[in-house]
Amino acid sequence: MKLVFEKSVPNRRGVRTSPSDVPTSINIKSELLRGSTPTLPELSELDVVRHFTQLCQRNFGVDTNFYPLGSCTMKYNPKVADRIASYPGFAHIHPLLPQLRLGGMLTQGALQVLYETDMLLREITGMAGYTMQPMAGAHGELTGMMIMAAYHRDKGNHKKTVLIPDSAHGTNPASAAIAGFKVKTIPSKDGVMDLDAVKESLNDDIAGVMLTCPNTLGLFNPHIRQLCDLIHSVDGLAYYDGANLNAIVGQARPGDFGFDIVHLNLHKTFATPHGGGGPGAGPVGVCQRLVDYLPVSIVIKRDDGTYALEYDRPKSIGYVAPFYGNFAVVLRAYVYMLMLGAKGLKRVAENAVLNANYIRHKLKDYYKIAYDRVCMHECVFSTTAKMAENGIRAVDIAKALIDRGFHPPTVYFPTIVRESMMIEPTETESMETLDAFIDAMIEIAELAQSDPEKLKAAPEKATVNRPDETKAAKELDIASL
Amino acid sequence: MPFISNTDQQRHQMLEAIGMTMDGLFADIPQELMTNSLNLPKSMTEQQVRSHLAEMAGKNHIDLTCFLGGGFYDHFIPAAVYSIVSRSEFYTAYTPYQPELSQGTLQAIYEFQSSVCRLTDMEVSNASLYDGGTAIYEAMMMALRITRRNKIVIDDSVNPIYRVMMDSYTQNLKIELEQTTSIDGLANREAILDKLDDKTAAVILQNPNFCGCIDDFTDIAQAAHEKGALLIVSTYPISLGILKTPGQMGADIVTGEGQSLGLPMSFGGPYLGFMASRKKFVRQMPGRIVGRTTDRQDRRSFVLTLQPREQHIRRDKATSNICSNEALCALTALVYLSLMGKEGLKETAQLCADKASYAYQRITAIPGVEAHFRSKWFFNEFVVDLPCDAADVVAKLIEKGFAAGFPLRRYYNDMENSLLISVTEKRSKQQIGLLAEALESVL
Repeated sequence: MKLVFEKSVPNRRGVRTSPSDVPTSINIKSELLRGSTPTLPELSELDVVRHFTQLCQRNFGVDTNFYPLGSCTMKYNPKVADRIASYPGFAHIHPLLPQLRLGGMLTQGALQVLYETDMLLREITGMAGYTMQPMAGAHGELTGMMIMAAYHRDKGNHKKTVLIPDSAHGTNPASAAIAGFKVKTIPSKDGVMDLDAVKESLNDDIAGVMLTCPNTLGLFNPHIRQLCDLIHSVDGLAYYDGANLNAIVGQARPGDFGFDIVHLNLHKTFATPHGGGGPGAGPVGVCQRLVDYLPVSIVIKRDDGTYALEYDRPKSIGYVAPFYGNFAVVLRAYVYMLMLGAKGLKRVAENAVLNANYIRHKLKDYYKIAYDRVCMHECVFSTTAKMAENGIRAVDIAKALIDRGFHPPTVYFPTIVRESMMIEPTETESMETLDAFIDAMIEIAELAQSDPEKLKAAPEKATVNRPDETKAAKELDIASL
Repeated sequence: MPFISNTDQQRHQMLEAIGMTMDGLFADIPQELMTNSLNLPKSMTEQQVRSHLAEMAGKNHIDLTCFLGGGFYDHFIPAAVYSIVSRSEFYTAYTPYQPELSQGTLQAIYEFQSSVCRLTDMEVSNASLYDGGTAIYEAMMMALRITRRNKIVIDDSVNPIYRVMMDSYTQNLKIELEQTTSIDGLANREAILDKLDDKTAAVILQNPNFCGCIDDFTDIAQAAHEKGALLIVSTYPISLGILKTPGQMGADIVTGEGQSLGLPMSFGGPYLGFMASRKKFVRQMPGRIVGRTTDRQDRRSFVLTLQPREQHIRRDKATSNICSNEALCALTALVYLSLMGKEGLKETAQLCADKASYAYQRITAIPGVEAHFRSKWFFNEFVVDLPCDAADVVAKLIEKGFAAGFPLRRYYNDMENSLLISVTEKRSKQQIGLLAEALESVL
């Protein structure tokens, strides 16, 4: 398909700007001007609408069909939340308004959304206070690690090392490193972080641990409480990566496990749309002894029932975002929580786990299961030895699924399982959809024996077929200038 | 149950099929860690939640005439922008890991990267960062890696909201963050040259700066390069419809807040950080980057590229921890720029400058109100000194229906009577006149 720039026709216009009603009195001196107009396309409104409508038809979303991308929790995103986020009373508030004298009273509705979301998340996760500032999961991780650093700095601890399991998301070690920590990787045993390896690694240099639970293999660590206790025994802090909270939401709370810092991915567990790579939101919750370190500002409720921004927090790590985080995303999650309530959230985890185990059970005779035991919200398979003999890799199975109308699972992650395929169905999918997916997976497994070349040629029905990634990196073309 | 498709009968059927009970599925969680019941409000139906939230939205006053800016602006947004970004094929997708199912997102990101380069006169760009502030932070980290140095010089004319973010991010790192004090609204050349040495990784500046003043950093770029340091420039994309670009000035890394490109103000987010750079630094860039290639049938295709820089491969050695960024906001900006086109963006920028200039004349004509800076070149914002505390005046003007501007004392101690007034193309001559009259009446 042509680029938007290639469709440009000289002098064509998409928008008519309103005529000026003021005199052009001061001409900015020419040395400060760019001299020529920026080379943006010249298109009609229809050209632009067609271009992007055709582009969106080359895309696949949750609304298109089943999207079992492991670790990404691609559940259905309720339309009502988008509708509410577009209410002018939310969409058109200037973020500096509450920072003006008397301005706080002009944004009471928005401040209430932030305050009540904080309260709901506290109850759901068992933490003592939240910041809504982090703008994505990894940004929440960085914020959490900055809080960890501030805690140790404050106590005069000289701790530099963070323990992270080998099954962790890549963002965990990356976030720890850019917050100024060293990372020590801990191996997994029976699919979960090895408690003995953690014990052996414990010393005064350990600032904390960072992990997901259940982890990226979909397994819950039954020793999670002991693990947190161990870390606390050297005055380390336990960080909970909430990427997989969907497995336990409403059922169990990371605060009760002993975690000190938690980040949540509102665009996963709390159903806000992912937008093709963001915007997300990654609120961070902390236990009571860390509340003072949360970023400024924090929304408080005054005795008279009004809401206000509080800035006077001397131990705070400061600002990680210009204002109050991705407000319109937080708002959508708030709507979702209000609609589900306690029973609804509990039901989310039940159905997420049931759906994953249904798939695990139905496919384990056709693919190699990484850990043959009950899983939580996702399960990890890999190709069988027979498939490997025929040269069939996880990528071939993924591409064959595309031809059958499904988005593939996450492939080649977690890296500790070879040829891995990580399937996360989420709670919103029906049994009929799962059965159709299972049938497709079984058909593909059979094709891997009967006609492996057909799988290697897939996908045939997509708009492109296995773009050359090596060429993309070698002959780097990342902008049309 | 909301948004869950399976009925109780189907749940039962599925449990039977796998030979398990619901409790059995959660058996790995020790019993004492299970929650009996959460204390949450009773669940609401769609009808209830819509009326509840409509009432809350009504408590936010959006009827004030907005002269508030400070890096975040009330610009006009064409209807087609919202129509396009509301397509769920775009907004319910994940990061484009499977190129065959994501050519829409991937091509849009490639076009976004191209638009950012064209706007800033730079060679390469990425798929977006969280916001204008974290974009400066990422640019700083990038400069530290490129130069292998540890000192950063930042002028206080850079948005103070971003400067406090920089203070937070550098607290646990071994970085010398040195600040210079601007003179008469412009970057302080003498102080910057004085601090530039062979330990300096980068100088960070902003144009137009926080007070709206327009500068040309060509001389600072040269001085920085002579010392082996980089120049990072944060910019306001609408202004690039007419203003000299960071690329023309010799900047090495350009960042900015893209909210002005079709995104509603939404009480602070989601917004759009963008970054552009010279091609030779591309391997040190943070975040997703989309590249053009061909598929097995030689068709034009787009993929995520240069992934070995990123966290999912390089882990603690990655150029950044960023994963989810602001893809849908980048799409919004791209659609906005495609609709505006070269002439539309230029006209919008010119309208902003003209209306601000008119407002400046009207407001500085009020007895007792003075222009704060001698420098007369500003874009769509300017600073005036009032005869009394600006915060008081703004509070009085709220009662008259105006968000009149941002009192600068919050960030600049010596500017207690100073007010930053911002004007976009949405403000009419009449609204500007009414603001001037209201201001005069409360002084």
